[in-house]
Amino acid sequence: MPAILEMKGITKRFPGVVALRDVNLAVEEGEIHAICGENGAGKSTLMKVLSGVYPYGSYEGEIWYKGEPRRFHRIADSEHLGIIIIHQELALAPQLSIAENMFLGNEPARNGVIDWNESFRRSRELMKTVGLKESPNTLITNIGVGKQQLVEIAKALSKKVKLLILDEPTASLNEADSAALLNLLLEFKKQGMTSIMISHKLNELARVADSITVIRDGSTVETIDCRAGQVSESRIIRSMVGREMTERYPPRASTIGEELFSIRDWRVEHPQHAGRAVVKDVSLHVRRGEVVGIAGLMGAGRTELAMSVFGRAYGRNITGAATLEGKAVKLDTIDDAIDAGLAYVTEDRKTLGLILNEDIKHNITLARLEGVADGGVINEAREEQVATRFRTALRIRSSSIHQRTLDLSGGNQQKVVLSKWLFTEPKVLMLDEPTRGIDVGAKFEIYTLINDLAAQGKGVIVISSEMPELLGICDRIYVMNEGRFVDEMPAKEASQEKIMASIMRQYAGAFQ
Amino acid sequence: MSTQIQADAAALKAEVRGQLWKDNLRDYGLLGSLLLIVLFFYLITADHASVSPVNITNLIMQNSYVVIMALGMLLIIVGGNIDLSVGSIVGFVGAVGGSLIVYAKFPYPLVIVICLAVGALIGAAQGVLVAYAKMPSFIVTLGGMLIFRGLTGNMLLGQFVGPFPKGFQSIASGFLPDVTDFGSIADSLPEWANIHWVSLLLGALVALWMFVGGIRRWRRAKLDGMEVEPLALLIGKNLVFAVIIVGIAWNLALYKGLPIILVIMGALIALYQFITTRTVVGRRIYALGGNVLAARLSGVKTERLIFFTFANMGLLAGLAGLVVAARLNSATPSAGSGFELDVIAACFIGGTSASGGAGKVMNVVIGALFMGVMNNGMSLVGLGIFWQQVVKGLVLLAAVFVDVYQKRKG
Repeated sequence: MPAILEMKGITKRFPGVVALRDVNLAVEEGEIHAICGENGAGKSTLMKVLSGVYPYGSYEGEIWYKGEPRRFHRIADSEHLGIIIIHQELALAPQLSIAENMFLGNEPARNGVIDWNESFRRSRELMKTVGLKESPNTLITNIGVGKQQLVEIAKALSKKVKLLILDEPTASLNEADSAALLNLLLEFKKQGMTSIMISHKLNELARVADSITVIRDGSTVETIDCRAGQVSESRIIRSMVGREMTERYPPRASTIGEELFSIRDWRVEHPQHAGRAVVKDVSLHVRRGEVVGIAGLMGAGRTELAMSVFGRAYGRNITGAATLEGKAVKLDTIDDAIDAGLAYVTEDRKTLGLILNEDIKHNITLARLEGVADGGVINEAREEQVATRFRTALRIRSSSIHQRTLDLSGGNQQKVVLSKWLFTEPKVLMLDEPTRGIDVGAKFEIYTLINDLAAQGKGVIVISSEMPELLGICDRIYVMNEGRFVDEMPAKEASQEKIMASIMRQYAGAFQ
Repeated sequence: MSTQIQADAAALKAEVRGQLWKDNLRDYGLLGSLLLIVLFFYLITADHASVSPVNITNLIMQNSYVVIMALGMLLIIVGGNIDLSVGSIVGFVGAVGGSLIVYAKFPYPLVIVICLAVGALIGAAQGVLVAYAKMPSFIVTLGGMLIFRGLTGNMLLGQFVGPFPKGFQSIASGFLPDVTDFGSIADSLPEWANIHWVSLLLGALVALWMFVGGIRRWRRAKLDGMEVEPLALLIGKNLVFAVIIVGIAWNLALYKGLPIILVIMGALIALYQFITTRTVVGRRIYALGGNVLAARLSGVKTERLIFFTFANMGLLAGLAGLVVAARLNSATPSAGSGFELDVIAACFIGGTSASGGAGKVMNVVIGALFMGVMNNGMSLVGLGIFWQQVVKGLVLLAAVFVDVYQKRKG
């Protein structure tokens, strides 16, 4: 098969960083080509070079597409040739309908007047192709992330896509939606479409990819041909991190003490719809030195539970009792929660965790400015010492503590958020999807950190949608579904099957 | 391989230094453009009237209100809001003060306190609506703008209310007293000796204090192991500032000395510079403007801070109202109309981010002076009032264009 796309010797520099150095990528026509690598390795940057987000001239090297050298000055140039990229953060207008979004910027129109009938007819066709069962009139905000992803793909199809690029397409999808999406990709492949897929989920890559290009620290390491035979996950990981990683989780030797924090009969209503309970009569406890996991599907109410506990940051009509170190504790405001010794690391670090325009230093001290101030006046030297201490301890890769957090990779951003909360010296940490969108190496570092915190006698509560992660790092796991805790088990006795079974049992009960 | 790493490290260092240089360039570019238009008007006005001591004194007095209010507006905009009502508050506070002095015969020091309180109260009321009732600030303050302009007219019944006692007037048009009055022998002394020595000395002291303070802070930072700029750059920079300050003090000393309003302004600028760069409150306002959700989840009391920025704005608008009334020596129904636009323009010319989270006190002050120098210079050369508006609009667009362009280029 001839190569449809070749990127040769691509080098891209940013202020203070060489993001890509002499990267080569060859994609054959009709294959599913995966790109993987640690966070900050340069995968997304490479795709932005390809699609023209970074215009010709801002990088070194050549792009050959369909046998000709190409110079893309803007996204429209690459889209014109059928190269369509679907970004990790979906680019849909939430208050517009599916049909409107599908043809946004490309509306079927006569003399500037939109032909709605044509638009609906074509969107129905495309929705059928991708297997999306919704009315074209439905607003994007009213459908789930999985369906939104399908709308993006349908939108790409409407632009006569030849080369579809998906950046972490399944990062925020549950297992069923992920499987459906991957099947769709395989279906497209049969029809002759070429795809490039960036993903951290190695089991998915092993399933659908024809070849895998591994990028490490801005350079291509190798391209693995998967058609020759089964490629094991550890084989890919070794290539990504450049060393043998025998263990994905650090060894955990837990010494568990007395009960540290608990909530009883916790009930939370939806902030807009009074009376609709999102968290229903949940009781939870965590002991000193213990790592407790909360498993569940998307929308089970786990984030809502954590945020409502953290100073009522979510919900209304919150009822229930909370105790810390055996005494009732007041958690009415976020300030109360921080003062009591709670920390909550949000699921969404970009919109809820960081001030992206501010530097590492300012972000780290934000939750406890009193700690670097005398009588309301900030002591800049002490602030720098604190920031430097955390930058070293958590190995935040950056040019200095004065670097904007916007320019950091996902893993390093997460380390800044963690530093911010560690500086508040919490007793109980609630970590919501602490390793989402983070590479294998950084994940391992964060797991090690969680172990260390537990060893210091803190209580750690981890919310995660990746069940192997919970099984690998927790002592005890709660299973949450539809706002309730439906099961609780020691991690030693738990398995993915057992957790899924507890979730499904509740549904089975509902249908009786 | 190791040479590759070394080369990268060197490139990185050069780029970091380049970034530092670029950041400095943006700030000093603004100061440079201010000096350029001063030079421009110096060259084209007859007898260099634009830099005559009389004109410089006028310039300061005429523009003091913009500088004072721009300090408050900076905090509002950094916090992600806007305040359109400040011009009307200026008018309303002036009307309240004028009526209390002229009709109620209140002593003027008491009136000053009442007026500041009235301004702060109006700001606080709008702050409650924005921060706690979650109404958009644009709409709340648009309402405030109409309400207080209307109340001003009602209270004054279309009349000018004045005049005011000398003491009150001196807020806006008084000068620091000079102890070096040579009395009867003054006439026999050479012209250079008859200047206001106190003003010159004060200017020199401020310049020296800034210079020494800057170097001491630099040394302490270096001892604490912080990253510092090269000493030569620091000294050069501070020398330029010192020369400018002494130059202005000397210029003013040739006329009537330091205006009282300049002293008030200087103190306020220093205070807000301190609040924005060194205090916990200041830092939190920037965090809130940068990402309100993340700030709230970090325990920042976002509502209280937004409320504070509006109450603070009201207080400063109240002060500006007193200054304007004192300067005109009367309260008038139209006092302060359109001021909100000058103040907001000063902030944006000074590079304050329209989406919140970024902006510097010194740049906003320079932005305000920029507008002031242009107003004054264009009047001196006899440009019509309508053309003046066109030019000001173009300058605002050009300044923000340069800002956006630089930011996009990174």
